Amino acid sequence: MVKQISNKENFLKGIIKENPVFVLLLGCCPTLGVTSSAINGLGMGVATMFVLIMSNVVISLVKNVIPDKVRIPSFIVIIAAFVTVVQLLMEAYTPALHEQLGLFIPLIVVNCIVLGRAEAFASRNTLFSSMIDGLGMGVGFTFALVLLGSIREVLGSLSLFGFRFAEADGMLIFILAPGAFITLGFIIAVMTWIKKRKPKTTS
Amino acid sequence: MEYIIIIISTIFINNIVLAKFLGICPFLGVSKNTSTAVGMGGAVIFVMTIATIMTYLVQHYILIPLDIEYLQTVTYILVIAFLVQVVEIVLKKVSPDLYQALGVYLPLITTNCAILGVAILVIQNDFNLLQSVTFAIGNAIGFTLAIAIFSSLREQLENADLPEYMQGVPAALITASILSMAFMGFAGLV
Amino acid sequence: MAAIASSFKNMTITLVLVTLVAAVSMGYVFQWTKVPIAEARLAKQLKAIEAVVKGYDNNPVLEKYKVITPDGKDSLEFFPAKADGNLIGMAVKTRSSKGYSGDIWLMVGFSMKGEILKVYVVEHRETPGLGSKMTDLKFYQQFVGKNPEQMKLKVKKDGGDVDAISGATISSRAYAEAVQLAYDTFKAANYGEANQ
Repeated sequence: MVKQISNKENFLKGIIKENPVFVLLLGCCPTLGVTSSAINGLGMGVATMFVLIMSNVVISLVKNVIPDKVRIPSFIVIIAAFVTVVQLLMEAYTPALHEQLGLFIPLIVVNCIVLGRAEAFASRNTLFSSMIDGLGMGVGFTFALVLLGSIREVLGSLSLFGFRFAEADGMLIFILAPGAFITLGFIIAVMTWIKKRKPKTTS
Repeated sequence: MEYIIIIISTIFINNIVLAKFLGICPFLGVSKNTSTAVGMGGAVIFVMTIATIMTYLVQHYILIPLDIEYLQTVTYILVIAFLVQVVEIVLKKVSPDLYQALGVYLPLITTNCAILGVAILVIQNDFNLLQSVTFAIGNAIGFTLAIAIFSSLREQLENADLPEYMQGVPAALITASILSMAFMGFAGLV
Repeated sequence: MAAIASSFKNMTITLVLVTLVAAVSMGYVFQWTKVPIAEARLAKQLKAIEAVVKGYDNNPVLEKYKVITPDGKDSLEFFPAKADGNLIGMAVKTRSSKGYSGDIWLMVGFSMKGEILKVYVVEHRETPGLGSKMTDLKFYQQFVGKNPEQMKLKVKKDGGDVDAISGATISSRAYAEAVQLAYDTFKAANYGEANQ
């Protein structure tokens, strides 16, 4: 059976050790596509988190009654249903954000994180730990998106969460497509650097 | 003329990977060597074109008449998953050679957001069937071009002497950034 | 773990059940969000009208009507703004499909003389940081108070009077084209100075 880990560890692993974006490199499309501002990153992160938690919960509930061979199609239908729910709710209550994120909301369905967690975790764990796993992964994903969005917004348009702090033009390149790649590249490089440096300082 | 513009703009100006950020997972995942990258590209061209035609027909002959457009996401992903399965089975029977070349990449395609993305974009842009097919082919070629160029760059990168923490993904992402910048130069083309 | 065998019957039943439950719950949420979505869309339209025409006391959305464009291929929505029953301005919702990535929808406010009061971007999918600058005052100010009879609605590169957004000629071109279409249709509906 799966090794027992505490709820706290289970939650924290998604944020740092197994961060879906920085470490596992999953869900890169929305990560790069919507993070031209911090607020977009936050919106996308929360929407994905909702789908992650809900689909994890439902899948851990039904895991025993779904025959093995139709596992994946069933999971996809469940995930797609929750994505549609998010899409409708956002269109109704946060129309501006819905418009900004546009195409990337239906694409949550093919975000590898969601199906990946359903398959790797929720389909073989209890309801509660699946929920914690979804929450941790969701928070980790949101954290990554907000970090990326903040850096790009600060450098690119000299503002953060829409608050301008200088009346000048930023470095436009960070808002544009190349900026997304380069920022993510450097964040991962910095994280690798920190990880590699650690053992030396302790020994 | 209109179709030529669609092709050029989807391949170069609005490249699906480098400007629209769709299909990043395979772009980073299977671009370590050129032959697998080209294989993936071939599979994408094949599936994207058929998938777009199918979803277009589903949208205009099932979802809109029944007024259930909100089921778009679910039906599209099911159509694509189903299609990939069918393609795999048919290819195995009809053309074993082609199956050998593309087979490994087919299962990966279901979760390639470029396929679903293009299917939805076609509807958003109000294209007719012929425009949709052109759009899909253009995007698929754009994907293949991007992934082929990127993989040959990455092959060279393997031999480069980089600081330890830049090796692998960071270096690849920065290369992608420069490639994306280069593609921005095409913006004046149309 | 899987207690249920993968027999054909089981698989079919499971898939049908899963799809059925998913479809019913989505239908439920759809019904539930139908009214808020319609309200959000209406609010967006009202916001756009309020941005481009001022001082009306009617409900322009209730009195909207469609006018065929001069080339006969399309029709635009006209929202009349009235004060004390007199027509004081017209908000015209117009579009261009020549944007950098998809359609651009604008709301153009005209005075009854045919001057542009203001242009408001209703919807666009242009590149953030480049084409998206069309929503900035810096760009749309050049249209305010101008009569398209005197202003050539083309970017300078094409021999017109419109200052394009740097790095976003395609978006600016589409924007100018949409404003021109709005004016042409406005004129075709017998409004504007030439028809008074």
